[in-house]
Amino acid sequence: MNQKHQEDLAHIRSMMERSSRFISLSGLSGVFAGLSALIGGLYVYQLFKVNGIEYFTDDHILLSGNLVSHLFLTGVVILVCAFVFGAFFTIRKSRKYNLPIWTSATKKMLFNLAVPLVAGGIFCLALIYHGYFGLVAPSTLIFYGLAVINAEKYTFSDIKYLGFLELILGGISLFYIGYGLIFWIIGFGILHIIYGLVMFKKYK
Amino acid sequence: MGIIDKLNKDFESRVRLGIMSVLMVNDWVDFTEMKTLLNITDGNLASHASALEKSEYIEVKKEFVGKKPRTSYQVTALGRAAFKEHLSYLEKLMKS
Repeated sequence: MNQKHQEDLAHIRSMMERSSRFISLSGLSGVFAGLSALIGGLYVYQLFKVNGIEYFTDDHILLSGNLVSHLFLTGVVILVCAFVFGAFFTIRKSRKYNLPIWTSATKKMLFNLAVPLVAGGIFCLALIYHGYFGLVAPSTLIFYGLAVINAEKYTFSDIKYLGFLELILGGISLFYIGYGLIFWIIGFGILHIIYGLVMFKKYK
Repeated sequence: MGIIDKLNKDFESRVRLGIMSVLMVNDWVDFTEMKTLLNITDGNLASHASALEKSEYIEVKKEFVGKKPRTSYQVTALGRAAFKEHLSYLEKLMKS
């Protein structure tokens, strides 16, 4: 009898969890998003070098319009790669554990993630438009951090620590204009890989 | 009367427990989503849902989205209270 009640309680807990949170999110999604950002960041570093900019020795980095559009394109490619990998591993995980993907929890999570991201995207486009290139990297980190914290209620709640770290990193980088690439690689590359590995181990 | 007798008979089935658990943490949940969440058949969900509706623990809404009918469920205040009570008895049983 006791056994049945214990199972009842476990069942209740698990049904509440799986219906209100998007728990198919795979740690591997984070790892591969991080790797995409890392490779993209290194590519940009290489790009600077080719264009005669020594990232770590030149004091002021002035970007030409041509280079900016190249950087912008790189950013878009990284975003698409991260998204495709993210979706792939998450769909794989949900198939494996027989979890429904397109639930109201998923929709809520995506909506909560999207609001700060879209606002941040517009903000960054405006920065580029007005020529404040140095503020773009810190802003992407800050808005991404806010988006993650905002989505925390509808997925693994540990994700908020990632959000806070991105936010803090973005805040610091605001005061070190010109080092955006380094902060960007740490925030989107390294933090994602670490987060992904931790999550992968924890929720395997 | 022992504590076991106080357990709500309406919640004895795993499916009903599942339906109530999902509704406790969500607003309106539609038939298809409930079915995939609980991993049960149409008939199974329909019969348990109507039993819960009869006890006035859940509210059923039927509407048309385009030409397709859609059934959604929501927990009532009575259902919420009954389920909470059931949960606290279960927890007490675990402790004793």
